[in-house]
Amino acid sequence: MTITATAPGTTAPDAVPAADPARRGRRSPLASVALHTTLTVASVIAVFPVLWVLLTSLKPASYATTTDFFKETTFENYTNLLRDTPFLTWFGNSLLIAGLTTLLGVFTAATTGYAVSRFRFPGKRGLMWTLLITQMFPVAVLIVPIYNIMAGLGLLNRSAGLVITYLTIAVPFCAWMMKGFFDTIPREIDESGQVDGLTPFGTFFRLVLPLARPGLAVTAFYSFITAWGEVAYASAFMVGDENLTLAGGLQKFVNQYGAQWGPMTAASVLIAVPAAIVFLFAQRHLVTGMSAGAVKG
Amino acid sequence: MAGPGAVRGGAMGSGAAGPGGPPVSVRLRRGLATHWYAWAMVAPVVAVIGVIIGYPLVRGVYLSLTDANERNVARSIGVNHLPATYEFVGLDNYADALTGDQFLATLGWTLVWTVSCVTVTFGLGLALANILNRRIAGRSVYRMLLILPWAVPGFVSVFAWRFLYNEDRGFLNRLLAGGGIDAVPWLNDPGWAKFSVIAVNVWLGVPFMMVALLGGLQSIPGEMYEAAEMDGAGPWQRFRHITMPGLRSVSTTVILLSTIWTFNMFPVIFLLTRGGPGEATQILVTQAYKFSFEISPRDFAQSSTWGVLILVLLMAFAAVYRRVLRTQGDTW
Repeated sequence: MTITATAPGTTAPDAVPAADPARRGRRSPLASVALHTTLTVASVIAVFPVLWVLLTSLKPASYATTTDFFKETTFENYTNLLRDTPFLTWFGNSLLIAGLTTLLGVFTAATTGYAVSRFRFPGKRGLMWTLLITQMFPVAVLIVPIYNIMAGLGLLNRSAGLVITYLTIAVPFCAWMMKGFFDTIPREIDESGQVDGLTPFGTFFRLVLPLARPGLAVTAFYSFITAWGEVAYASAFMVGDENLTLAGGLQKFVNQYGAQWGPMTAASVLIAVPAAIVFLFAQRHLVTGMSAGAVKG
Repeated sequence: MAGPGAVRGGAMGSGAAGPGGPPVSVRLRRGLATHWYAWAMVAPVVAVIGVIIGYPLVRGVYLSLTDANERNVARSIGVNHLPATYEFVGLDNYADALTGDQFLATLGWTLVWTVSCVTVTFGLGLALANILNRRIAGRSVYRMLLILPWAVPGFVSVFAWRFLYNEDRGFLNRLLAGGGIDAVPWLNDPGWAKFSVIAVNVWLGVPFMMVALLGGLQSIPGEMYEAAEMDGAGPWQRFRHITMPGLRSVSTTVILLSTIWTFNMFPVIFLLTRGGPGEATQILVTQAYKFSFEISPRDFAQSSTWGVLILVLLMAFAAVYRRVLRTQGDTW
C-alpha cells in the first residue's frame, strides 16, 4: 500500500535502469565470501536429494543403494521403464491435465484477483473469506464427497474431472497471489484507461494484465506444479492403465514390482523434467522487476 | 431499477466526467456498472467453488452428526443394493473427540509441527530472498538451484528423502558411519521422526517463501533505498524501515497460507512415516484420513468430525490473525 502511494511520486533518477539497492554500496571481500558460502551450502542442501535420485537412476538397479556417485553408468532403468510400462501414456495424461489446469487456472485467478484488488463490490469480503477458507479444507475430508459428485456427473476416469478438482485447489491461492501483484500496480494506470474510454474489461486486458506478467508467471507455475504433483485425487479418481496420471501410475508401478528403486528413480527423473522446463519458462518473467517497469515505462 | 442500458451509460458517463467530481446520480450508476463487471470477473471461481467445495462440505458436516461407518452406509454387494442405516446422533462425536486424549494429543503435536515449520521456513526464505535480491555473481544460478525443491513434484521429493533417511542403507547413515557415528533412526524413533518430518517440510517449503518474498522485494522501488541512503540510513535501518514495510503485504499473506497448508500437510507425513512410529508424527489430517481409509470398519463419522474440527480451528486462527492485522492498519 505504501509502495503504490509513493511510487508515482518519486522522480526516476537519471542513470539507474535496474533498481538494485546493493549495487551502489561496495561489499567487502569477506562479506562476499560469507554470502557465497551461505548460498552454496543452501544450494547443496536444496539440490542433493534430487541429484541423488538422478544418480541412482543411472546405476544398474541392483546397485541402487550404494553410496558411490557413479557405478557402471547405464540407461537400462530408462529403457526398461519406457519399453515395459505404460509410462508414456501416463505422461501424456498428466501433461494434458496439468496444461488445462494451468490455462484455466491462470485466467480465472487473474480476473478474480483483479476484481478483488480493484473493485469494492457487495460480496467481496465474503469471497475473500471463501478463497481463504478453501485453503483450509483438508483433502482427507473432501475426497469422498467429491468422488461421489464426479461419479454423478460421469467425470470419473476423465481428464475434465481432475482438471475441475485441481482448479479448486489452485485457483483460490492463485487469486490471492494475483491480488497481491495487482495491489502493487498503481491505480493511476487503471484510471488513465478509464479516462481513455476503456471498459473495466478493456483496462484489465490491455493495460493491467501485461504489467502483471511476473504474477501470471508465478501463478502459471504454481497451477502446473499443483496439477503435475497431486497424488490423492489422481489415485482415487483414475483407474485402468490407460487413464492414470503419473502420480497414480507410479503407485501402481510400486505395488506391481515392489519398491524397486531403479525404475522408480528413472520415472522420478522423467516426471521432474517437464516441471523444471515450465519453471525455466516462468523464471524468465520472475527476473524482471515488476512495478519498476510499470511506473517508469 | 437501472436496466443494462443505464448501466452501460453509467460507464460512459464516468469516462467523460473527469476528476471534477461527477453528480451523485452518475456516481451511483457508475457504482452499479463497476459491480456488474466485478461480479462477472469472479463468477467462474464462485461457480466452481460452490459445486466442488460447498456441497462436499455440507455433506461432511452432516456425516459428523451421524454414526456412519463402512458397515451402515448405502452400498452394493453384488447385485443387491443395501440402503443406508446410519442414524443421526447429534453432537456425540464432538463430545467424544474433545473429551478423549487422542484428539488433544494429536492437536498438540500438530501445533508444534505447524509453528516450527512456518517459523523456520519463513526465516530461511526471508534470509535467502534478501541475499538473492543483491547483485551477486551467479545469482540466477543460485536462484535456480534453490527453487529446485519446489520444481520437483512433492511425492518424488518425499520418496527421495525416504531413500536418504533409510536406517540401514540410506545415504545419511552411511555418511555418519564414515565419520564413525552410529546410525540414527531417522524415521523409526518418535523424537527423530518428528525432527525428520519437520526437516523435509521445511526443505519443501523454503523455495515458495523465497520466491514470494523475492517478488515482494523486487516490487520495492530502488529509489526508496537511494533516498534512505542519502539521508544516512544504515543497512539495518533500511531493512527495518523500507524492506519490512514493503514486504508486509506479501509476508502476511504467505505466513497465513503457509500456516494453513502446514496444518493440513498430508503428503509429507503420510508418505514419510504414515504417522508412525506408533502415532508419533500423526497430525490431525492424516489421523482423519486414517479413520476413513485405513481402519476397519472405516469410521466416516469420526473422520468427518475431526475434519470439521480442523476447519473450525483454522477459521478461528484466520479470524484472529486478520483482527490483529486490522488493528495494525491493514484493510480487507
